[in-house]
Amino acid sequence: MSTLEHKLTKTTEMVFTAEFHSLDGNGLEKAKKYADRLSGWFDGVNATDNTAAHAHVSNVATAIAMKQLGLEPILQVVCRDKNRLAQQADIMGASMFGVENFLALTGDDVTAGDETEARRVFDLDGPQLVRLMSTIKRGEYMSGRKIEPAPHMFIGAVENPGAPPFEYRVQRVAKKYASGAKFLQLQICYHQDRLEKFCAGVRDAGLAGKIAIIPSIVLVKGARPLNFMHNNVAGIDVPADQIARVEKAANPSEEAYLQTLEFAQHALAQPAVRGLHITDFRNDETLERLMTDLGRVRQTITSEVKDNHAYSA
Amino acid sequence: MTTFIATIEHVVKGPVWGCQDCGQCVLHSTGMTCPMNCPKTLRNGPCGGVRENGHCEVNPEMKCVWLKAYDRTQGWPLPSAWKEEYNHLRPPVDNRLKGTSSWKNFFTKRDRWTPAGWKNTTDEAIEVGHN
Repeated sequence: MSTLEHKLTKTTEMVFTAEFHSLDGNGLEKAKKYADRLSGWFDGVNATDNTAAHAHVSNVATAIAMKQLGLEPILQVVCRDKNRLAQQADIMGASMFGVENFLALTGDDVTAGDETEARRVFDLDGPQLVRLMSTIKRGEYMSGRKIEPAPHMFIGAVENPGAPPFEYRVQRVAKKYASGAKFLQLQICYHQDRLEKFCAGVRDAGLAGKIAIIPSIVLVKGARPLNFMHNNVAGIDVPADQIARVEKAANPSEEAYLQTLEFAQHALAQPAVRGLHITDFRNDETLERLMTDLGRVRQTITSEVKDNHAYSA
Repeated sequence: MTTFIATIEHVVKGPVWGCQDCGQCVLHSTGMTCPMNCPKTLRNGPCGGVRENGHCEVNPEMKCVWLKAYDRTQGWPLPSAWKEEYNHLRPPVDNRLKGTSSWKNFFTKRDRWTPAGWKNTTDEAIEVGHN
């Protein structure tokens, strides 16, 4: 059982997850540097699958590298680039190397990337992919062909509490839970009222304790990335006053940090929330500062643990 | 005869519903809104990319197909059984049916076929009250 699954299903502790950098040239060396940065802070780290529709080192290769470096990977699987056969192959391939956490996403459209002429696949959609993962976990491919023994899997999905139709988003949580998702990472949401309503809705639907809600925050250096997200990432709306707050501050970098810290504390106080997902674009000391401010203590990863991570299934 | 039925269906459903001839019609469960007009062809939308104004991530000029489906499901006088079905998990598209008549596939129950691995789940359906 993965640390993430153990903490979420056997304890009441908050979990912290992060996003691994996309890897390109010299990937292993860069993976090592980034793993050193994250190591000891997180219960699981997303091995991303062609983020924002840009080609990178594959999700499966990244997850295997992360395992060898002592991190616990969460394998992202998106629906944009591959059909159901290829998705099953990736899940089984990662599972062969001991990956246990899986995250199903519909995925950004190809138009979000730099090869917009590519064919979009979307053979399955996000909720269907969750159910496919449950099928594999049960020991079958989609065709019904048996997998013996069935791989050990802890299945998660994503949801966006900040995109319309707001009141329907909780029903989508129910749909994903019914399909087998046990945890749910949320899209970054700069509207605290929307996150509050969403989390209260999950609680009122009786889903708290059944599916772990993990809101996201992002560490940014100033107003520019806030503007970028607002203007370029569909589904993320950053209110003008939040942008102005950072833009007009005497020290925008410090203000951006404080803003993120506030959003983190607010998110962790919501019902049904079992942790926080952190996207880290800063490459400075603020990741450590944030974790410390949130009361986390860095765990020492011994080489023995690394070995166990690397070779145990 | 089969081709004849498919042609009639296409002539009727094309202009009215923007039918894409998937051959496994789910219009009744999506507020009479064809999900195959979603650029991602999602059968279980909306995705997380819906814009602040309710428009599509891929095509900013177009209202999100699934938002439209949601509004119609809520607002149109459709049978309650159809409205409930909006929340159901629709199975993956059977690509072999593309271009065939969904009317015929409905009457022969061909459109209800799903792969063996899709069945035998222990799903726990949860209806969430909206306010």
